[in-house]
Amino acid sequence: MQGGTMKKVFGSAAEALDGLLQDGMFIAAGGFGLCGIPELLLQAIKEAGTRDLTFASNNAGVDDFGIGILLQTRQVKKMISSYVGENAEFMRQYLSGELELEFNPQGTLAERMRSGGCGIPGFYTKTGVGTVIADGKDHKDFDGETYILERGIVADLSIVKAWKADATGNLVFRKTARNFNPPAAMCGKVCVAEVEEIVPTGSLDPDGIHLPGIYVHRIVQGEHEKRIEQRTVRAKKEPV
Amino acid sequence: MADAIKGWDRNQMAARAAQELQDGWYVNLGIGIPTLVSNYIPDGIEVTLQSENGMLGMGPFPIDGEEDADLINAGKQTITELPQTAYFDSAQSFGMIRGGKIAMAILGAMEVAENGDLANWMIPGKLVKGMGGAMDLVAGVGRVVVVMDHANKHGQSKVLRECTLPLTGKAVVDRIITNLGVLDVVDGGLRIVELADGVSEAELRSLTDATLV
Repeated sequence: MQGGTMKKVFGSAAEALDGLLQDGMFIAAGGFGLCGIPELLLQAIKEAGTRDLTFASNNAGVDDFGIGILLQTRQVKKMISSYVGENAEFMRQYLSGELELEFNPQGTLAERMRSGGCGIPGFYTKTGVGTVIADGKDHKDFDGETYILERGIVADLSIVKAWKADATGNLVFRKTARNFNPPAAMCGKVCVAEVEEIVPTGSLDPDGIHLPGIYVHRIVQGEHEKRIEQRTVRAKKEPV
Repeated sequence: MADAIKGWDRNQMAARAAQELQDGWYVNLGIGIPTLVSNYIPDGIEVTLQSENGMLGMGPFPIDGEEDADLINAGKQTITELPQTAYFDSAQSFGMIRGGKIAMAILGAMEVAENGDLANWMIPGKLVKGMGGAMDLVAGVGRVVVVMDHANKHGQSKVLRECTLPLTGKAVVDRIITNLGVLDVVDGGLRIVELADGVSEAELRSLTDATLV
């Protein structure tokens, strides 16, 4: 997708997705658990009613947040994920055969996205050799060790969440909310990023850009709930 | 029955596993007993904990009220950062795992076989949640140490001649630490390295359904 950089900023998640959604499309989504997920864009896809979606996403959200909201409305046909444990509706649809599931080892999923975005159609990895993951895949020995071929992913659309963007789409993430967002962004034919703040171009340190704007076609700023999945704390320190 | 078995409790197993750490290592700790290992890092040993969702230098849980939704570990728990912390994306995180940069992973298991086969992600016929990063870790890190109870809840040995469950990795385990002792995967089977407190070699042998050389 081409276009002047100044045209990347959109006023709402729905506007940022306008013209991009199609039934049956393949979407790569960033996030790990509920951390760093594109919550506004997922909500907009729910409201758009796009159906038969395939998602490459490490997790499937929980029942009422993340991709879980699209499972409730039966908009998802297939998930490509490494771990889906926290979602009862997901399990119900999967066990009843309504939902397809392809398990990928987490690092294999991340590298499939990164590779696809880098023009690498496949790569060999030791991950999964000798397990069900290797079934039907090309095996090849290098230097006395066996590897399996995994394919790069190219998605029709990427949806990601970052902390800050400038108007040209340069992105900065925050702490562990970076996770799958950069590789997911890279593997999409079109990438839409939602951010907490769009800052003036020139105010981000060029040495501190986590994902260059070349990967990001549309940007929307919004308010994020940023739900915590497992709140774990320790006792307040006694004053010394 | 679990209460009849002598040997180490969960914290003692974690403390024993912490003895595996070497100064300067980068280490990944799994969920469950392996997480407790960070409480027993020996004096004089500095290790950097990796969290595979994209962090090196994982700190403890936050003080109540200081939780940050953007700062979690691979178990999705809120954590904190340290002065040496570095963040990165999931592709780079598994690049360092796959690339052998992580010296050791300490993981839980459902079954381990005498040739080092590991099963810890799936029970056929039961709900399958997924392998997460476990397959990548056992295939990539320098050394794999399993920490688990020696027997399942039915009293059957989890240390086996062959795994019955779908594998997480083939011939990947180097050392097994259970409530009964420490076993190494060697040519021809498992070698007893250490017996837990109050456990005799005869007891360990009788409770282990694998070749002990």
